[in-house]
Amino acid sequence: MIEFRSVTKQYADGTRAVSEFSAVIPSRKTTVFVGSSGCGKTTLLRMINRMVDPTEGVIEIDGHDIAATEPVALRRSIGYVMQNSGLLPHRRVIDNIATVLLLTRVPKAEAHARALELLDTVGLDRALANRYPGELSGGQQQRVGVARGLAANPNILLMDEPFGAVDPIVRTDLQAETIRLQRELDKTIVFVTHDIDEAFLLGDQVIILEKGATIAQQGSPEEILANPASDFVASFIGADRGKRRLTVSADVPARGDDVLLIDAGGYAAGVISAPGGKLASGSASPKSRSVSNKTSQAGDA
Amino acid sequence: MNLFGAGFAWILAPRHWVTTAEGSGIGDALVHHLFLTAVSVLITVVIAGPLGLYIGHTGRFRRVAIGASNAARALPTLGLLSALILLLGIGDVPPVVVLVVLGIPPLLAGAYAGLESLDRQTIDAARAVGMTEFQILRKVEIPLAAPLLLGGLRAAALQIVATVALASVFGLQSLGTFIIDGLAQADYVKMTAGAILVAALALLLDGVLAVVQRLVGPRGVSRGTDRHRTTARDGKKPVALTQDAH
Repeated sequence: MIEFRSVTKQYADGTRAVSEFSAVIPSRKTTVFVGSSGCGKTTLLRMINRMVDPTEGVIEIDGHDIAATEPVALRRSIGYVMQNSGLLPHRRVIDNIATVLLLTRVPKAEAHARALELLDTVGLDRALANRYPGELSGGQQQRVGVARGLAANPNILLMDEPFGAVDPIVRTDLQAETIRLQRELDKTIVFVTHDIDEAFLLGDQVIILEKGATIAQQGSPEEILANPASDFVASFIGADRGKRRLTVSADVPARGDDVLLIDAGGYAAGVISAPGGKLASGSASPKSRSVSNKTSQAGDA
Repeated sequence: MNLFGAGFAWILAPRHWVTTAEGSGIGDALVHHLFLTAVSVLITVVIAGPLGLYIGHTGRFRRVAIGASNAARALPTLGLLSALILLLGIGDVPPVVVLVVLGIPPLLAGAYAGLESLDRQTIDAARAVGMTEFQILRKVEIPLAAPLLLGGLRAAALQIVATVALASVFGLQSLGTFIIDGLAQADYVKMTAGAILVAALALLLDGVLAVVQRLVGPRGVSRGTDRHRTTARDGKKPVALTQDAH
């Protein structure tokens, strides 16, 4: 469990990136900080591994104030995945993944063996081990970035807009992988994004932030969707534009067992199955999405 | 025979390689020239290397360094050398001090410019996964900036090796001795020979360092460039074929 208690970050020039932020991030769940650029979400994330130190307030991991932990040791114990992978361009994939292990003096053979296993874990071919990052596609680099984050088997994985720079199809793949990994490895994931759909897809808990990292709303995707706390939240999740309110299209005839749904603006938003002209009732397993229809193999080469 | 040809002939004459009562031989002059160069480059690296890396890594004192470098560049080398010789007397110390002052700016610039040219995200990531500042410098910044660091060293070494000749104005042995003596004796062939020797040594040293600079390029990064070059070379093939067809 990660706990923020009245955390403030004020820079020397007086700007407040984060002001009086308090929240609890539960263990073994995915928590997503979502908000527009400049809302302080990345600053919050980087406070967890002391890449940024708060000017006021306390951050605790499992009850221990992290200010008492030496930053380098803390960072080695927490996985970190960033946008554009942040891999070391002059090191092979296998050495990139093993970076943290080698820093903590794990014998090289052991570190490399673990790195190869991690290639499997993130769905990459072991043949890529001896390539350099520049020889991989963007999606593959991101997977390597995730593997590096997992190398030291940390309890916490920080992900800073990791899929911001890859194309939508690859992003969908990687999101599905993230869900799978979280389920298989049982990590506490803290994820930062500006994409509300990504936040709802990945988050068990979603924290919507306004400027200065003020919490606009905190809750499960279902809670937020069903009951936006403010106009800001409604606008942010698209509810005010009717993007979340779907109705059956009256104009387009049903094709087979599918009926077209439109949003409040009249744009096609999806289909709903209606066998025999009757709408199917909602399934009770909302979390079964996206994993089943994706292969575990990397399809983004 | 023109002056250049005569100069080369002078160099190739074996009797000019040994020191006699008449004057220094090329052998001794070359050895002392290289000695002054090596000592000066070494001291320059010891002073400017760590300083440049520190400035490049932290971004601190950058302005001070640029200002000081520019000031050092503006110092008249011969004037400084004269002043130091008046102060300290004839010997190897004054020219070495002058050469170090001359060598520091390009090396310093290469070091901090090299580190500053690196992708901030890569450094940030290295820090975020738990490298110490020193590990970031040693395992990330220096390997990635190696070609530019070597570039700074190359510029410094070239300045130094060419300027060592000035020491001979004050009677110190170097390849410049032949230029100074030749001028004094109105022996323009000897003077030309001296100039050729200084230039040849500078080119040789620069060539060696250029090769080293290519070799130290980080692999994963230079590979992309290599691939680029191959494509460029392949691009020439059709041209050659067209020429064959004519």
